Amino acid sequence: MESLKNSNLGQAWLVLLLSIVFSISLASVQLSLNPVIEENRTKETMEKIPVLIAGKASAENSGSIDISKRIINVDKYGIAKSYTVYDVFSKSGTDLGHVVRASGQGYGDKIELLVGLDPLGRTITGLFILDQKETPGLGNGIVEAAWRDQFIGKSTAEPLVVVKGKSANDNEIDAVSGATISSRSVTDIVNTAISDVKNKIALVPDSHNKMENK
Amino acid sequence: MADQPTAIERFINGILPENPVYRQLLGMCPTLAVTNGLKPAITMACSVAFVLLGANVVISLIRNLLKPHLRIVVFTLTIATFVTIADRFLAAYFFQMSKTLGPYIPLIIVNCIIICRCEVCASKQSVFIAASDAIGQSLGYGLALASIATIRELLGTGGLFGIAILPAAWPDWVIMVLPPGAFITLGLMLGLVNWIDMKKSGKNKNS
Repeated sequence: MESLKNSNLGQAWLVLLLSIVFSISLASVQLSLNPVIEENRTKETMEKIPVLIAGKASAENSGSIDISKRIINVDKYGIAKSYTVYDVFSKSGTDLGHVVRASGQGYGDKIELLVGLDPLGRTITGLFILDQKETPGLGNGIVEAAWRDQFIGKSTAEPLVVVKGKSANDNEIDAVSGATISSRSVTDIVNTAISDVKNKIALVPDSHNKMENK
Repeated sequence: MADQPTAIERFINGILPENPVYRQLLGMCPTLAVTNGLKPAITMACSVAFVLLGANVVISLIRNLLKPHLRIVVFTLTIATFVTIADRFLAAYFFQMSKTLGPYIPLIIVNCIIICRCEVCASKQSVFIAASDAIGQSLGYGLALASIATIRELLGTGGLFGIAILPAAWPDWVIMVLPPGAFITLGLMLGLVNWIDMKKSGKNKNS
């Protein structure tokens, strides 16, 4: 009896038991709340899409666009990856551009973002950070419009590179000062997403009609 | 157990005599970070209250099973669970607020107030006393946050809860809602509380 009490299990049973109980309760919280949280995110995504495609000024009359969702599957070295892509059309059916949802590891936690691309996937038209837990005051500078707007107009032909100080070349992005890793994480996520989807993003006119019938 | 404070004493102590912000100087990081408006400050205070109450009650219930050398692990585990629940709840029902507060909600896990109350009160006293301690401390924390946030938001934006209160002629002291404003306000408030305290104890001596 005494030996059982002094064994590792005898010492740690409460910690183990609590871990299990807490995990189960957290799992049930996550199961019940996650649909609501996802809905909030989708709502936010839908609000941001017009801005990412057309810029702030022309996004004012966002009532005049249609958004349809599709999934692009990418096979990367045998690993299947899927991207959610939102295609944006004017009321007359012209393809205005696409918004790709992508995520990846940041300095703190996972970063989730939206990248806006022109109809053929050749230029970036906008960037928005949906979710991040970077260091307050340093890394969370990536959510500032002033920093994100650097991505607008960049070509997708070659990967973007983060530089400290002043960017000189077209494919360079200034790092948020004091947060090179956060800046690099965002840029890497953008680069990966673009190289994965850019050849599949352009819609052939026919496929648009199919999308509308969904 | 005779020298341990009663439930009422615990409750009252939390509000002013042992106010977590003004007297114990605990939880300074969120105090400085989320007091640029009343709304985030109150959300933060409510989250802390929820976590503190949950953690204090759970720890108090299992206090006789705690192994002294494993108690901190148990405290942290319990606190982390309640913080995660609070974080998910805010993300689900107060989405914009959860984005505004960002990492400060998950950071409640390392807020010393909670682990301090678990150690000082909940791991030694009954559930009822632990709960009233949690409510008292949370009220104290909430009042402290609200007092700082009121000053900062009023002087920095001329309004409270985003509604304009001061006349439009008020030149918004933007510095008050920026980080320096937090340090200035907290410093002055701490000074004020200490000064009042000194006056009080001085009077008692004279009379």
